[in-house]
This record gives sequence, C-alpha cells and structure tokens, in this order.
Amino acid sequence: MNPLQLCLLASSGLFCIGLVAALARSNTILVLLGLELMLNAANLNFIAFWRYGHPGAPATGVIFVLFAIAVAAAEAAVGLALIIAISRHQRSIRLQEAVTLKG
Amino acid sequence: MTLGVEQIFLVPLLPLVAAAIGSLTPRRGRALAAGSAITAMAGALIVSCLALPGVLAETSAHQVANFDWFDLGAGAVRLGWVLDPLGLLMCLMVSFVGLLIFIFSLGYMHEDDNFTRFFCFLSLFASAMLGLLVANSLLLFFICWELVGLASYLLIGFWFHQPSAAAAAKKAFITTRIGDLGLLLGMVWLYHSTGTLLFYDHGHGVLESSALTALAAQTTIGGLAVSTAIGLLIFCGAVGKSGQFPLHVWLPDAMEGPTPVSALIHAATMVAAGVFLIARVFPLMSADLGVGNAPVHALTVVAFIGALTALMGACIAVAQNDIKRVLAFSTVSQLGYMMLALGVGSWVAAIFHLLTHAFFKALLFLGAGSVIHAAHHEQDIRRLGGLGAKMRLTFLTFVVGMMALAGVPFLFSGFWSKEAILHAAHDWNVSSLPLLMGLTGVGLTAFYMTRLVAETFRGQPRSDAAGHAHESPAVMTVPLLLLAVGSVLLGFLGTPAWPWLQSTLLGHEVERESLFAGGGLMMLSILLVAIGLGAGWALYLRRGRRSESAADPIAAAAPRTFAFLGARMKLDELYGATVIAAADALAALADFCDRRGWDGAVRFVAQLGVFTGLASRDTDEEGLNQGFNAVGERLRGAGRFYSRSQTGETHGYLLTVALAFVVIVVLVAIGGGR
Repeated sequence: MNPLQLCLLASSGLFCIGLVAALARSNTILVLLGLELMLNAANLNFIAFWRYGHPGAPATGVIFVLFAIAVAAAEAAVGLALIIAISRHQRSIRLQEAVTLKG
Repeated sequence: MTLGVEQIFLVPLLPLVAAAIGSLTPRRGRALAAGSAITAMAGALIVSCLALPGVLAETSAHQVANFDWFDLGAGAVRLGWVLDPLGLLMCLMVSFVGLLIFIFSLGYMHEDDNFTRFFCFLSLFASAMLGLLVANSLLLFFICWELVGLASYLLIGFWFHQPSAAAAAKKAFITTRIGDLGLLLGMVWLYHSTGTLLFYDHGHGVLESSALTALAAQTTIGGLAVSTAIGLLIFCGAVGKSGQFPLHVWLPDAMEGPTPVSALIHAATMVAAGVFLIARVFPLMSADLGVGNAPVHALTVVAFIGALTALMGACIAVAQNDIKRVLAFSTVSQLGYMMLALGVGSWVAAIFHLLTHAFFKALLFLGAGSVIHAAHHEQDIRRLGGLGAKMRLTFLTFVVGMMALAGVPFLFSGFWSKEAILHAAHDWNVSSLPLLMGLTGVGLTAFYMTRLVAETFRGQPRSDAAGHAHESPAVMTVPLLLLAVGSVLLGFLGTPAWPWLQSTLLGHEVERESLFAGGGLMMLSILLVAIGLGAGWALYLRRGRRSESAADPIAAAAPRTFAFLGARMKLDELYGATVIAAADALAALADFCDRRGWDGAVRFVAQLGVFTGLASRDTDEEGLNQGFNAVGERLRGAGRFYSRSQTGETHGYLLTVALAFVVIVVLVAIGGGR
C-alpha cells in the first residue's frame, strides 16, 4: 500500500466521522464541528495529491489549502454568529427546532 | 429737421408702443399708462409736423416707400407707406384732436377703476387710425381698418358690465362687418384684376392711370365697368364705417361708451375712416365717369346715399332727448354731407368738412362730456337745464361748437366747409335732388342744435343733479378752449378768398375768388340757417321748458311725427322684423337640423361605440380572462406542491446532500471513472 493510498484512506475516515457528526447530532455547534471535519478531510486530499502526484509541480496544493482554511474560518465565524442569534431568539440551539424557514 | 416718407411709420408706431406699454401695466400704474399714451400722441403730432415741410414743398407728388411683406408664389405681397397732403393733413388732425381728447380723458375717467385699460385701448384706436392714413396698400389699409373696428368694439363696450353697452359694442362690430365684407370682396376683385393692391407704385399702382384705364374699359354683369363694381363694393365698407344709410344704426348706440370715446369715434377716428377711404380711392371711384353708356356711375350712388343720410340724420336728431344722441345723429347727418361732397366729385370739400367737423364735433362731445360729468351722468336734456350760469366756460365753448355745426355765417369754420359742399352739389349736372336735400338739412341742423343748447343750458334746472352741477376741472376745460379756437380758425384755411387747403390737397393752385362768390346760393343757405335758429329760439328759448314732464312743442303739435322720429324712424324695428327675424329663422332651422338630424347620427355612432365596448368587455371577461386565470391557478398549485419539500429541517437537507453524493459516487464507479 503506497503512502497516497494511506492518506486517502485516512481522509475518507475523517470525512465519514464528520458526516456522521453533521447528520446525527442535534446540537448545532456539533453539527458545525462535523462540517469542519469534512472540510479538513478535503484539505488532506489536496495535500496528498500535491505531495505524491506529479513531481516538480509548484506549491499549488498548499496555496489551495491555505485559501480553503481562510474561507472556512470566515464561514465558521458567520456560522457561530448565526447560532448565537438563533439561541437568543429561541432560547435553544437544537437544530430540529429551527424550522421557521419551511415552505 | 424734416422727416420724409421713410420715417412716417413712426406716426402709427408710437401710439402702438404706448398701447403695448398700457397692456402690460398693472391696474394701479395709472400714471404710466396715461403718460405713455399722451406722450405717444404728442410724439405722433410732432412727427407729423416735421413731415409737413417736405409735403408742402411738393404738394402734387405722392411720396411712397414700398416693401415686400412676404413672398407668395412667383410674386410678393407688397405693403407700403405713402406721404401726401391728404394723408398728412388727416394725420395732423387726428393726432391733435386725439391728443386733446386723451388729456380730457384724464379728468373724465379719473374715478374709473379701469383707467389703465382705457388708455391702452385709446392708444390702440389712435394707432390703427393713423396707420390707415399713411397706408399705401389697400391690404395694409384694411388691416388698420379692422383694427379700428376692434378698438371701437373694445371702447364702446368699455363698461361691459352694463348689458346695453355690451349690446351696443356687438351691434357696432357686426353692423360694420357687413360693410367690411363688401370692402373685402372689392379688394379681392381689385387684386384679381390688377395684380397689386398698392395705391401708388411709380406708375403701377391701382390709383395710377394705366390700371384705372384698364379697369374702366372692362365691363362685367349688367354692363357695369369693373371699376364701378369695385368702387361700389369698397363704398359698402365706407357705408358701414361712416354710418351711412342703411348701416347707420350702430352709430347712435355707440353712445354707450365713455364720452371721450364718443368724441374720438365721431370726430377724429372711426367715422372719418370711411370718408377718408373714398377720398383716398377717389381716382378709382371716378374712373368710370369717362365711360359712355354706363348704367350707373359709382359716385352717383355715393351722392344719393350721402344726401339721404344727411337729411334723415337731421330729421331724427330733432326728436331725440339724450344729449349724446342728438350729437350722434348730427354726426350721421354731417357724414352724409361729406359723402354727398365725394359723390358730386369734390373730394376736397369733403376733406375740408371732415377736418372742420372733427374739431367742432370733438368740441361738442367733450362739452357734453363736461356736462354729463358735472351732472352726475344725467344725459336726458329734459332733466338738465340752467347749466349756462353754473358752467360758463363749458357753455361758451359749446355755443361755439353749436354755431360751427349750424353753419352760422362767416366767423365759424362749419359755414365755409358746408358752403363748399353745397356749391359742389349745385355744380353737379346729374340731379339737383341732393342739393335740395342738403339745403333742407342745413335748416334742420340749425334748429336742432338751438334746441339742444336751449334745453341744456338755459331755463331752470329740472333735476337735483343739474341744480348742483359746477364747472369741470381745468384738465377738461383747456382742451375745450383749444378745440373752440380750432373750430373758428380752421375755416379760414379754405375760404373762396384764400383757398390754401384746396390748393394743397389738389396739388395745383385754385383760382382765388371773392369771399362772397357764393352769391345767391350762399344767401339762401344763410337764410335757412337764420330760419332754423329763429324757429329754435321761438320754440325753445323764448319760453323755456317748465318741468321735466312738459311736452315738447313739436310733440304737442304733431305727436305722431315726433314719436316716429324719436323712435329713429323705426329703422331698428324694421331691421328687427326683417334681417334679424330672418337670421333667427335660419338659426331655428339650423337648430332643428342639428337636434333632429345630425344629433341622431352622432347618437347612433355613439351607441355603436357603446355596443362595441360592451361586446369587447364580455369577450375579455368571459373568454380571455378565464384562460389566464386557469394558467395562474396551475402555477399556484405547482408552487404549493414544490414548497412542501422545504421543510426547514437542516438535517433533512444535509441527508439529501449526502445521499446525492453517494449516488454520484456510485454512478462514477459504475461508469468506470470516465
């Protein structure tokens, strides 16, 4: 088993853990946490393909991941702000109770 | 400094500018409106005076300044100014008399709220009249002529809140319009025949020999020369404007305007325009005299109409009781004399009488205005009386005017001009009837003027207003004095011993004669004046009227005749029964057609429209709208259906995303990574 396959296996596991967390938890903060895990699994894939793919390529994978982490940080800030707003409004952060946007 | 024909347009322009200023002045700007009007009139007078030396230097020439107005097809419509003794002497008279009337108005209209408007209209009136005097084109003449009509309408109806004034203004406008139709037709015919409307154009104008010969040589319906027919049509305009029988009916009613307006209309401007028109186109009017076997000459008609008007006006004036109406009918009568003079071929005598008449008739009207102003707008001579002692200056000047109008011998201008007319009528070889009618009128004139003066100024005051009257202010009496001086002096410009006016107008020296060259005819007319004055003295002055309701001496002797004359020979009633009744019948017929005929058609079309509208609405509501409603309902159902998937449960959404991801992965795996 070469190092690339190992890396991919690890990132797949990470992704699955994140997905289960996002789907199964009802605390909105934990759901957000799961989303971050899935995002990081994707970042791991970028690094792995850059490191073990075509040799001599410029630092594209690293730069891509740095951008993704910056955007994920911004997204986490917006997500946490939304959660605070919801908790103030509904006195609860259970995801199942935030259903006022239904059609 | 002397001015020529190039600057003569200033004469009508100055009052026109004053009228424009007056029309833009607010009601409180009394001083500005009156000041500009009077300044402009004085300016017109000065310009006329400055033009005098050039004209007197060469009295036989017509100086012209023609210009193109606009291009029309191959040619151009041309207008122009003319400067000759006839037009300029009229300009001098109009601007001088007009100026005095303007100044008099300062006093007379002092208490009127619409003082500003009054001076605006007066300036327009004077401007139109002055423009007509210096016009060298029948078209330009006609434009000014109609402006005179418009201004007279505005001024006669100045107190339009009185129904009688509004009706009088309308009557004046419509009656003169009938005559103007003739003038317009004559003008069109003239243009058709000669291709120009310029009076003088270096040999090509309509009043110059080449055009006149051609016009007199052609004949038209009934063997009339074309010049005769055109002349008669133009004379129609003069009949309307100068109050000749049968279109004189508007003139007495024009008394409804303020008295300065009456003076302006009757003396200087409006009625003089008709006489001036005939004098101006006199070469055209007389062109047919040389034609043998003509059925009628245009001037013969003019003479008979004039003589008839002179006699009729004098007869009616005898039986009027309103001070201004007596003067109005005397104007009708005097205009008849002027037309008589034109008809018998002596246009110079007509203009002489026109000039002297302008002075003494303005004097009489302004004197009457002074009386009316003092007597709180009492105009009925039966309710006046005894004013001679209270209003000495007005009385004396009024007597001067009366003497001039009556033709009292030697000292007064009216005598000399009337003599000139009677002599011209005497020399006419067609008929002696106009002379006899004119002589009868002379006696009657002296009689009714004596009656007017006696009733107004002598005897006892017969009403409170007359009892409390007092002399008018100087702004009103000074114009009276100036006009009285003119009424005396002007006559000496045209006596047989020194015929300066005749020589100037004709452009060649007229032979001097003895002052008493009139001989028998002069003695006869003096005798008639004496009889008239004597009869007036015997009937009205010797035993003055005792009370307001006392019967008139003539009414006591011949009540039916007096009532007939007092009702103006029932001519208004005659017109009411014929012309106006016919117009009413025509209107009723038109009304019937309108209501029953055209209205039905219009209603049918309207119903058709309503029906179309209803049908269209039904199609819309029942047909088209149903389709659109159905589509809308379906869209709404679809929306309701799809909105069910929006549960708002974030877990559901995430699950969907995850499942879709799995499906994509499976599909990619099956597809072999391609």
